[in-house]
Amino acid sequence: MSTRALTGYILILLAVILAFNSLYVVNEFQRGVKLYFGRVVDADISPGLHVKWPLAEQVRKFDARILTLDARAERFLTVEKKSMMVDSFAKWRIIDVGKYYTATSGDETRAQLLLEQRINEGLRNQFANRNLHEVVSGERDQLMVDITKHLNDFMQESLGIEVVDVRVKRIDLPKEVSEPVFHRMEAERHEEANEARSRGEKEKQIILAEAGRQKVIIEADAYRDSELLRGEGDAQAAAIYARAHNQDAEFYAFVRSLDAYKKTFASKDDILLLDPDNDFFQYLNNSQGN
Amino acid sequence: MAWNEPGGNGKDPWGGGGKKGNDGPPDLDEVIKNLQNKVSSIFGGKGPSNTGSSGNNAGGGPLIIIVLVVAALAYGFFGFYQVDEQERALVLRFGTYHTTKGSGLRWNFPLADSVFIEKVTSVRNWSSNEQMLTEDLNIVDIKISVQYTVNDIEKFVLKVRDPENSLQQAANSALRHVVGSMTMDSVLTIGRAQLAIDIQGRLQEYLNSYETGIQLDTVNIEDSNPPREVQDAFDDVIRAREDEERYKNEAQAEVNRILPRAEAVAQQMIEEATAYKGRVIAEAEGEAKRFEYLLAEYKKAPEVTRQRLYLDAVQEVMANSSKIMMDVEGGNNMLYLPLDKLNAGGSGSGFTGKGGSGSVSLSNQQMEDLTRSIAEQVRRDLNANSRRRDSRP
Repeated sequence: MSTRALTGYILILLAVILAFNSLYVVNEFQRGVKLYFGRVVDADISPGLHVKWPLAEQVRKFDARILTLDARAERFLTVEKKSMMVDSFAKWRIIDVGKYYTATSGDETRAQLLLEQRINEGLRNQFANRNLHEVVSGERDQLMVDITKHLNDFMQESLGIEVVDVRVKRIDLPKEVSEPVFHRMEAERHEEANEARSRGEKEKQIILAEAGRQKVIIEADAYRDSELLRGEGDAQAAAIYARAHNQDAEFYAFVRSLDAYKKTFASKDDILLLDPDNDFFQYLNNSQGN
Repeated sequence: MAWNEPGGNGKDPWGGGGKKGNDGPPDLDEVIKNLQNKVSSIFGGKGPSNTGSSGNNAGGGPLIIIVLVVAALAYGFFGFYQVDEQERALVLRFGTYHTTKGSGLRWNFPLADSVFIEKVTSVRNWSSNEQMLTEDLNIVDIKISVQYTVNDIEKFVLKVRDPENSLQQAANSALRHVVGSMTMDSVLTIGRAQLAIDIQGRLQEYLNSYETGIQLDTVNIEDSNPPREVQDAFDDVIRAREDEERYKNEAQAEVNRILPRAEAVAQQMIEEATAYKGRVIAEAEGEAKRFEYLLAEYKKAPEVTRQRLYLDAVQEVMANSSKIMMDVEGGNNMLYLPLDKLNAGGSGSGFTGKGGSGSVSLSNQQMEDLTRSIAEQVRRDLNANSRRRDSRP
C-alpha cells in the first residue's frame, strides 16, 4: 500500500514537472519564438496558453511593447561646423520576432546598441546638412521624420524592429561654448539696460526742453501783452494830453515849465546859486521894477 | 477552456482548482471530495463513498488529505487582492486580456491570471528644471511640471514599457522643441502661457502616438528665468527700466514746477501793465482836465494870471530849496561855499548853521534874514558894478 502511495506521489510530481515544462503562457504584451533544438519552428506565437514538447522545444519571449532607447548625449557638428551636444531618445518595438531573434539573438541590449549607432549616424548626417538655427528651432519635426523614415527602411528589414519615433531631447552647446554665450547674453542685457537709461535721460531732456520753451513763450507772450497794454495806455494818455494842450500850446508850455521847476527843486538839498538880475528879483533892488 | 473541464485533470496542472470556473472561491468541500475520489481511484483502492469524515483509509490517506487541503487553501488565499478606490486592476488570463476590475476585494486564479494594479484616478506629477536654448540661441532656465492621470489602463500596461519614463522623455523633447522655437524674451515674459499650451498639445500628441494611455491634466511653466550666471545682468535691465521711468517722472515734476511759475510771472506782468495803462490814462485825463480849467480862467485874464502863476511857482521853488544869492559878475569877490556842510546839514539854510529840519515858518524866517543880508551886500556892490550890469543883455 505504501509503495503504491509513493508511486502515486512520484507520478503526481512527474505530472507537475511535465506540465511546467510543456505548458507556457505568452502574455498580451509579449511575442515569442519556439525553437526546436535551436531551430525556429514558430516565429510568431500569439498570446495565450500553449503547449510544447518538454526539453526538445524552447520558447523565447520578448517584450513587444513600445520600448524606450535613451541614447547617450553625443557631439555633432552643424553645417557651419559648430558643435552641439545632442541627447536623443527613440521609441521602438519588435514587429518581426523571427528576424529580431535571428539578428540579435534576442538580446535587447544588443538591439539597443545597434539602434543607437544607427540613430547617431542618422542624426549626424541630418545635423551636418543644417545650420544651428534650423536645428534648434525650425526644423526639428522634419528632421525627426527624416530620421525615423531612414531608420525604418533599414531596421525593419534587418532587425525586425520598427522605430516608432526618434526625438531630440537636448540640443545644447558644449560647456566651453556656453561661457561665451553667457558673455554675449550679458553684453546684450547691458546694452538693453544702457539703452533704457539713455532713453530715460533723453525723455527727461526733451520734457525739460519743452517746458523751457513753454516757459519762454509764456513769458514772452506776457511781455508782449503787457507792452501792448502800456502802449495803449501811453497812446490814450498822449491823445488826451494833446487834445487839451492844443487849445493853447504856448500857455501849456508855460504852465508845464513852471510845474517842472517846482518838481525839479523840491528838496532842501538843492542849492540855487541866484543871480540878483533874475526877473524874480525885479523888485528886490528896485521898487519900479526896472 | 478545455483544460478546465471536469475530469480533464491530466491537462490541469493545478489539480482542478478552478473547476467551477467562477470568480468566487470554489466550494472547498466539493473540491476536496472530488480530489479524494480521484486520488483513491488512481491508487486503485476501494471506491470511497464517504471519505472526508471517516478517515479510515490505511497508510497516507489522512496525510494526503491534509496536504491537499492546505494546498487548496493556500491556492485560494493567494488569489485574493485588494483594489483601492483610485486604482484599477487589469487581469490577463493565460496572457490574453481578460477583464478590468474596479475597487474592492477581488479574487483571481493564481498562476492562471496575472493582475496588474495601477492608480488611475489619482493625479501624478512630474517636474524638471533644466537649461535650454531658445530660438535666438540664448540660454534659459525653465522649471516645468506635468500633471497627468492614466486614462487607459490597457494601453498603460500593455502597449508601452515604463510609460512614465516615456512621458519624461517626451516632455523633455516637447519642452525643448517649443522653447527652441521661441525667442528668449517671449519665453521669459509674455510667451509663458502660450509656451505651456504648446507643450501640452505637443506632448499629448507624442503620448498618444506611443499609446501610453496617459492623459495630461496640465502643463505648468513654474518658472522661467535667465541662467543664474547672467541673472545680475537681467536684474540690471529691470533696474534700468525703472530708472528710465524715474527720469521721466523727475522731468515731469520739474515741468510742473517751472510752468506754473512762468504763468504766475506772466500774469503778474500783464496785471502790472494793465495797472500802468489805467494809471497813465487816469493821470492824463486828470491833468488835461486841470489844464483845461486853468486855461479857461487864463483866457479871461491872461496877463495877470500868467504873472501870478509864474511868481507862485518861483516862490515855491525858492521856498523849498536852499539858495545862495551871488553876483556872479562880481569878479572881485571871493565866495566860500561850504557845500559839504550845506549838504550834511540837510534841509535848511546853510548860513545859519542851525538844525535843518525847521518848520516852514522858520524857514521863511531864515530866508527873510538871508534875503535881508544878501540885499545889504547887493546894495553895497551895486554902484561898483553898475557898468557891468549895463552891458548885460
